[in-house]
Amino acid sequence: MVETYRPDNLEEALKIRNSEKAIPFAGGTDLMVKYKSWTGTLPKFPLPLIFLGHLPELICIEKHKDFVSIGASTTLSTIEDDKRIPVHLRKAISMMAAPPIRNIATIGGNIGNASPAGDTICPLITLDATITLNSLNASRRILLKDFIMGPGRTLLKDNEIITKIDIPLKTYNIELYRKVGTRKANALSKLSFSGVANISNNKIDKIHISVGAVAPIVVRSNEIEKKIIGLRLHEVKSKKEEIIQGYSALIKPIDDQRSTSTYRKKVSINILKYFLTIITNKMDKNKNLC
Amino acid sequence: MDRLLFTLNNNKVEISVSPSKRLIDVLRDDLDMKSVKEGCGEGECGACAVLKDGLIVTSCLIPAGTITGSNITTLEGLRETERGKCIIEAFADAGAVQCGFCTPGMVLTAEYILSKNNHPNENEIRKNLAGNLCRCTGYDMIVTAIISAAEKVGGLW
Repeated sequence: MVETYRPDNLEEALKIRNSEKAIPFAGGTDLMVKYKSWTGTLPKFPLPLIFLGHLPELICIEKHKDFVSIGASTTLSTIEDDKRIPVHLRKAISMMAAPPIRNIATIGGNIGNASPAGDTICPLITLDATITLNSLNASRRILLKDFIMGPGRTLLKDNEIITKIDIPLKTYNIELYRKVGTRKANALSKLSFSGVANISNNKIDKIHISVGAVAPIVVRSNEIEKKIIGLRLHEVKSKKEEIIQGYSALIKPIDDQRSTSTYRKKVSINILKYFLTIITNKMDKNKNLC
Repeated sequence: MDRLLFTLNNNKVEISVSPSKRLIDVLRDDLDMKSVKEGCGEGECGACAVLKDGLIVTSCLIPAGTITGSNITTLEGLRETERGKCIIEAFADAGAVQCGFCTPGMVLTAEYILSKNNHPNENEIRKNLAGNLCRCTGYDMIVTAIISAAEKVGGLW
C-alpha cells in the first residue's frame, strides 16, 4: 500500500515535497487512470502521493489590473464558469472531457501531466501564460512555453509544486480555437489549434498561434509571428503561402491510436489557413468601412 | 489504513480504509452502495457518477483520501428525497430506463443539471449528460425525462 499525505496547507505540502519523493496529486483524473489496477484493488502508484486538490491557497481566481491568476488546484469547471477568465481558454476547457471529470480535474494537473494532447496547455501558451513554481525556500515564475520539455517532461524540480498560473489580459479582436477529436465529449485531441490576433489601423499588431498534439511540445513560433506583425491586408495575402510553409516545417505529428501523421498535418494546416482567412476577411471589412 | 470521515447521504460515516482506494470501491464494497456501477473504470462512461458537494463526479477517479469532510450523495440517498422521487418518476414515465446500468449515474446527473438551472434547455441537458453513456435509449427519452421533471415540479429546485 502506497503512503499518502494530506497536508493542511501549502507550507506543509512543500515540506513533504522537500523531504519525500512523492507525486503531487491534485484532481488525479490522469493519475488514477495511469496507475489503475483491477476493480476492487488499489491503484499501483510507484511513489507516495501528496494530495493538493483541497488546499485553499491553491484554489482561487483573482483578477488584477492586466492579468488574471488561477490557483493550480482550481478545477476545470470552476475556470470554465468564471467570466474573469479569457473566453479563449474557457472555450477550450468546455471541450475537454465531460462535466464529471471537469468537476475533479485541475489546471495545474493538466499542465503538470504535460501531455502533448493536454488541452489547457495549447491555449495557455497562446495567451502567454506564466506559471509559478514553489519550493520550501524559493519561488520562480516562468513562461509556460518554456516549462514543458516534451511528453510528460517539464522543468518541475522534485521539491517543487506548481502553485499558480498567470494569464496576461490583452485585447484581441480575433480568436479561434478548434479541437479535433473522435467525438465531442471525453475525446483526447487528435490535434488542437489556438490562435488570437489583433487588427488595428488595418495592420496586424498582435498574433499568437499555437498548435497542439502535432509535435512533442505545443508548436508556437515567435519567429514567424514577428514576421506577420505589422503586415497590411495585401501583404498578408501575398505572404500567406510563406507563413503556411513556415508552420508546415514545424508541424511534425506522429501516427498513434488516435490519428495519423498525415491527417493531423493536413487538418492543422487547413485550420491555420482558415484562421488567416478570418484575419484577411476582417481587414477587408475594416477597409470598406473607412 | 486511515480513518476517513465524510457524509454519505446525509449520514456521518467514519471508516478505516486505504487513502488510495477508489471511492467507487469504498462505496460498493465497504458501504454497500450498490447503485454505484463500474463501467469503464476510466471516468468516461459515468456509470459510477455520484454527487460530491453537489457536483457530479466519477467515483472511479477519486481516491478515498481526498474526500475527507465531503458530502457524497448516491442514488440510495437521492431516491429518498422529493427531488429524487420526482426524477425517478419522470424517468419511468418517459421510458428512460432500459437495461438500467447507466440509470443511477443518469439520475444523479439529472439532479446536478436541475440544481444548477431548474429550467434547462435541451442543449444544456445534452451538454451536461456528455459524460454519461447509455447504450440502450439513444438518450432522447432521458432528455425528455429531465425536461418533464423540470416542468412538473419546478419548485423543487
